Amino acid sequence: MATSAERLGTGLEFSDDLAGFGGADEEKLPPGIGPWRLAWRRLKRNKVALFFGGLFVLIVVLCLLAPVYASHVAHTTPQAENITGTVKVGGKQVDIVSPTDIPIGPTWHSHYFLGADGNGRDVAVRLLYGGRNSLQIGAVATVITMVLALILGVWAGYFRGIADGFISRGLDIIWAYPAVLLGITLGTVLAVGGIGPLHGTNLYVPAVVIGIVYIPYVAKPVRGQVLQLREREFIDAARQQGQSDWKIMFFEVMPNLASTIVVFIPLILANAILLEAALSYLGAGVQPPNPSWGTMISDGIMTIPAAFHNVLIPGIMLVLCVMSINIFGDGLRDALDPRAKVRIAH
Amino acid sequence: MSRFIVRRLLAMVVVMFVISLLTFLLFEAIPNGNPAFRLAGRTATPQEIHQIEVKYGFNQPIYVQYLRTMKNIFTNQAYSYTQGFNVLSEIKAGLPATLSLAFGAGFIWLFTSILVGTLAAIKAGRYTDRVLTILAMFGVSFPPFFLGAVLIYYFGYKWNIFPLGGYVKFTTDPVQWFVHLILPWFTLSVLFVGFYSRVLRSTILDTINEDYVRTAHAKGLSDRQVLLRHTLRNSLIPIISLWGLDMAQVIGGGAILTESIYNLHGVGQLAAQSIGRLDIIPILVIVMLTAFAVVVLAAIIDIVYAFLDPRIRLAA
Repeated sequence: MATSAERLGTGLEFSDDLAGFGGADEEKLPPGIGPWRLAWRRLKRNKVALFFGGLFVLIVVLCLLAPVYASHVAHTTPQAENITGTVKVGGKQVDIVSPTDIPIGPTWHSHYFLGADGNGRDVAVRLLYGGRNSLQIGAVATVITMVLALILGVWAGYFRGIADGFISRGLDIIWAYPAVLLGITLGTVLAVGGIGPLHGTNLYVPAVVIGIVYIPYVAKPVRGQVLQLREREFIDAARQQGQSDWKIMFFEVMPNLASTIVVFIPLILANAILLEAALSYLGAGVQPPNPSWGTMISDGIMTIPAAFHNVLIPGIMLVLCVMSINIFGDGLRDALDPRAKVRIAH
Repeated sequence: MSRFIVRRLLAMVVVMFVISLLTFLLFEAIPNGNPAFRLAGRTATPQEIHQIEVKYGFNQPIYVQYLRTMKNIFTNQAYSYTQGFNVLSEIKAGLPATLSLAFGAGFIWLFTSILVGTLAAIKAGRYTDRVLTILAMFGVSFPPFFLGAVLIYYFGYKWNIFPLGGYVKFTTDPVQWFVHLILPWFTLSVLFVGFYSRVLRSTILDTINEDYVRTAHAKGLSDRQVLLRHTLRNSLIPIISLWGLDMAQVIGGGAILTESIYNLHGVGQLAAQSIGRLDIIPILVIVMLTAFAVVVLAAIIDIVYAFLDPRIRLAA
């Protein structure tokens, strides 16, 4: 966390500077330090943010190692069911799923380390594979949102006029739908029909849905910033030099949006992962038998109160993951732009 | 001013029309969702399917179907294809639960976040602020259905303090109504308190640097007076308008996750169930009416802003 002195003092100059590198603000910064170095310095001092950033990296690495864990430690696959089997715990053979349909809890052994689910599948293996799916969907959705929002926002803000009218109204329309409702609507439609070559059960279907839902939340602020940027002297200068609109957009406008984009990425990623979980919980996201944290929680809720670990374990992972992204992102925002008014609905 | 209002309202009507069209097309695009097949049952002959198509007008051009659907919705003639119930009366039946949830939670999250956000802003950069920041981040990271499941498990099954879900009408038993809603209110509020307190904190920190706040200090007002009369009064405007929009969403089924996990039988749960059944008409109506509510409220907020701030209406 930046100190309040920074927030109210140097931070202000820095955020003005971000609105268009250069101008009179530059001389107030210490000599020889660029805005990115300055931001990195601030971030380095923010130990809480760094800790959670590290935690997120750890979660990502663990989830990417899912196949290694599955084949070398647990010796099973995320889809392998074993309802009638037994597992050795403390020298005794125990049913994986008891005759009364209660799955075994955490054994803390290599087999069924975190217990089994209602179908006798290894929760630990599914947790890692599910995390991989959740993170993958979140990442793809974030890329879709950022790329499309950037194109639409810059286009609308730079050209204004009719293009802006159409784009802004279009964004208003997407924005008017509650995110979860639009998500499940699109999710249901596409889970049945698929998108072009993508089959309905494809993992990227929810990713596309989530990517579309969040576009306005990024495109609107980007447009606003471009509207301000295009009136600045350096854009005017580029225009006077006879640079084409494309060149101005790419080489003059875009670099000045960099900090906004960096601030938005963790925010969208966190919300995309949450929305994926919500969609999967409602059956409009990841389709079985593919695991994701959302589907695991959803399956677990069916077994309440007998096997609560089936809800708790994926839930804790989900909250830890999203929270680490959020706290790191908050630190990043403080470091890059202490006055930013970035906010997203859910 | 009147020109601004007319333009804003016209834009609103256009957006509402496009929303209705888009929502309709979206549902029309469900390939396996041809309601005729579902209505006719599994052993239907092609003739029967054709009869149903004619009866409900599925064989007509899409714009005719669109106009018919809209006419049905606005004349209270919209019926669920698969369940046969009247959609508007079903929504009306769900409204008491949804409104109880929305207004209870709405006031809890509004007041809590004003307290938390103000406290964090006053203590900006200090220990209290850091703890509140982490708590807010924790709040926004909790999916309502997971939080709900945890609360139901511990408070319901394990400790038997609260019921396991469901909704009791206020008119039937006010005490039970309250007891049944405590956990849902809390669950729904947690998310919003996280967001709102962060927004309020940063707005207050912006406002503190304004000239009029310095003037207020200079003329000798106490910190408390400056905070309540000058800083907070101005910082609350964005929060209140956010609140209006979020309330519109929650009332229109946006609390779908909270309602489902607590089995409240509100509008949100109706939406969730309809989606499970691929029941097009209820979900179409709910999604469309909610989007309408948001658009109308956004227009009202814009107009109120324009009244308060001449710069806005000049810019438009």
